[in-house]
Amino acid sequence: MVKVVLWGSLKKAAGGQTEVEVEAKNVREVLDRLKETYPKLSADIDRGVSVSIDGVIFRDAWFAPIKPESEVYLLPRLAGG
Amino acid sequence: MIKTKFKLVGTRPLRPDGVDKVTGRARFGADISAPGMLHALILRSPHAHARIKSIDTSRAEKLPGVKAVVTRDDFKLPEREDLVDICRNVMAREKALYDGHAVAAVAAVSKTVAREALKRIQVEYQVLPHVTDVDAAMKPRAPILHKGMRTIGAEPAAKKDSNVAQIHTFGHGDVVKGFAKADIIIERSFKTEATHQGYIEPHACLATYGADDRADLWCCTQGHYMVRNACAGLLGMEVSHLRVTASEIGGGFGGKTTVFIEPVALALSRKAGKPVKLVMSRDEVFRASGPTSSSSTDVKIGITKKGKITAAQAILRYQGGAFPGSPVQFGAMTGFAPYDLENVHTVGYDVVANRPKQAAYRAPGAPLAAFAIESVIDELAHKIGMDPLEFRLKNAAREGTKSSYGPTFGPIGLEATLKESKKHPHHLAPLGPNQGRGVACGFWFNFGGQTSVSLNIGEDGTVSVVEGNPDIGGSRASMCLMAAEELGVPYEKVRTVIADTASLGYNEVTDGSRVTFAVGMATIKAARQAIAIMCERAAKIWDIPAEAVVWEDGCAKPAGSNAGNFKPMTLAEIAGSAGSTGGPISGHSEATADGAGVSFATHMVDVEVDPDTGKVTVLRYTVFQDAGKAIHPAYVEGQFQGGAAQGVGWAINEEYIYGEDGRLQNPGFLDYRIPVASDLPMIDTVILEIPNPGHPYGVRGVGETSIVPPLAAIANAVSEAAGVRLTHLPMSPPRVLKAMMENGKGAA
Repeated sequence: MVKVVLWGSLKKAAGGQTEVEVEAKNVREVLDRLKETYPKLSADIDRGVSVSIDGVIFRDAWFAPIKPESEVYLLPRLAGG
Repeated sequence: MIKTKFKLVGTRPLRPDGVDKVTGRARFGADISAPGMLHALILRSPHAHARIKSIDTSRAEKLPGVKAVVTRDDFKLPEREDLVDICRNVMAREKALYDGHAVAAVAAVSKTVAREALKRIQVEYQVLPHVTDVDAAMKPRAPILHKGMRTIGAEPAAKKDSNVAQIHTFGHGDVVKGFAKADIIIERSFKTEATHQGYIEPHACLATYGADDRADLWCCTQGHYMVRNACAGLLGMEVSHLRVTASEIGGGFGGKTTVFIEPVALALSRKAGKPVKLVMSRDEVFRASGPTSSSSTDVKIGITKKGKITAAQAILRYQGGAFPGSPVQFGAMTGFAPYDLENVHTVGYDVVANRPKQAAYRAPGAPLAAFAIESVIDELAHKIGMDPLEFRLKNAAREGTKSSYGPTFGPIGLEATLKESKKHPHHLAPLGPNQGRGVACGFWFNFGGQTSVSLNIGEDGTVSVVEGNPDIGGSRASMCLMAAEELGVPYEKVRTVIADTASLGYNEVTDGSRVTFAVGMATIKAARQAIAIMCERAAKIWDIPAEAVVWEDGCAKPAGSNAGNFKPMTLAEIAGSAGSTGGPISGHSEATADGAGVSFATHMVDVEVDPDTGKVTVLRYTVFQDAGKAIHPAYVEGQFQGGAAQGVGWAINEEYIYGEDGRLQNPGFLDYRIPVASDLPMIDTVILEIPNPGHPYGVRGVGETSIVPPLAAIANAVSEAAGVRLTHLPMSPPRVLKAMMENGKGAA
């Protein structure tokens, strides 16, 4: 199981939790499991998110590996100028 | 493994685009013409908020020389959700949502005819109440821009329409408990006015839509693949049917990361069957491109008497123009990022108002948050008599710190920038009367993204790097340096060109400080692939295994005496025989670059405030920033200086001024005052190099972080010089003088 920390705005969509656990070994599986378990997260995830794994932020890396002990944060999709 | 020893990287060769730019050969957006070309102009709303009851174009269409007129009827709302607001921004539909919103466009044989045609278009408006201020837009009885817009993230769920599109929250710990532990708490509110990126080159394009539904578009943009995909989506085209070529670019800074006129030019060209050129005037750039948000922010920070932060919170409200999508979430994520905080909480409100839809401006959203938060940090340091740099060092985020937006930091350079600031001569220099010194820290993310590079070895041993990101800050020089470094050839032997969208795989926009990091990584990988091929060719010629050949100093060599005794072959020698040894040699990299490292900076500035007029003069400025590895230090310094210079304008002079009628009052450089050379001192720079482990050379993006601290650093300096805390940007002479006089300072 991987512990995923959601940014505060997603708490309500995740049933009042900001930390959830899902069975996943990469980014895509994390996103899929989150959408399955908390369907109200789907809209935010589909609009685009970033995933931080052990302090490194990924935007489009479905297959970036995640270890059970990894620190995983779901964050808004980064943009820049 | 990060490379640490370099022969070329870190040197300062001449920029490859220099001759073109000083001789006028460089071709910008408006420099291209085509046979039979038409000239286009756009009719824009004179109202901040109005229902468009009807548009009658018949008189314009009858005017001799008019070849096409387009309105909302020519743009079907796209199915792609991310394009809907772009479509509505490109051409108003039911309502005009801001002064300058496009309502119709004309293509004619000359600008004179097009101008006359615009006068003949009759638009019937029903003027509606408007709102341009962020706080006013959030009030319960504010005019609502979008029927049916409910606040996402509101608790309890929103039941009424609102101009607040979304609420974002971040943080960890318990700020209530944290504030209970504080000996000193400061709460302040801040406002900033909208600014424009101030790029000198207006948006410009030439669209050629063929009878076969294939089209070409030449335009000034930070991302021509983005332009291709957006325009194709808006016009119902297949992406491969639209080829986009990026011109040289006269500045972007984030403002050219979306489309405004390009779909309009294509629609006109499709309708007219002729090439159409469309160039924004400066007035249009101000009124109808993408300035920054304006903002309103409340900050509360508590500390112990010894200067340790116990709790920090901020409520940020950014209006992002007429459509959702202000960068408030980034302000809420980044403002406290320089600090190691046990208890932190931020809330960001994304607000719509009757202004042009904001676009990115270097580190979007972060400077506004830093202005407010770093101002309070500064005030707290002074309150307990601690050096502001020492205060920041005491609370600084370091490797292992849980960031204010969540993830734990890896190796970061904030502490290095603060320590370097403390020992710099600037910090120790005396100040005169009416002068003040301010410091501030800033943080920005980097990201990589989809990137394609092709590196071709010419038969004479020269090299071309083909990449797909418009060069807005020296990336061609950096790519040449990295390719030359890997290949072991002189810098002058490498040329980097920007390919059109049909000639290379997809590339994300030149934004997010990503290009030197991501395209650099791709260039290095492509060079290494080409080297592997060249080693294979040498091995074939020597009839030894490829593994027995190494690449050193621009030559293929036997790996050791066991491999055989062969004279090293230079790149040029291998390239010269390529046709006989297997064909052309090139390397490629097509990947999504990951591993970007975050970036920190500390800025220090001295100002003098005229007590009679409130005018602020910037006397001295020094930027300390972590670049990871500076590929071309002169360009890195340029990025540092450019951020500081733009920050000076943002802090002191620049602002969008709206009248009671909701119309922009100062859409030109005469009344919207960006800094000129005489407004700026020489901006000193100190490059720190704390390698990013996610890049082969340790590179961190540097293009955006330098815009984050200046607003706060200058505000802190002005506040010290004026003897009163300035909380509203820009700190223009009337605003500074008023603040001084209200506090018994300055002219009586």
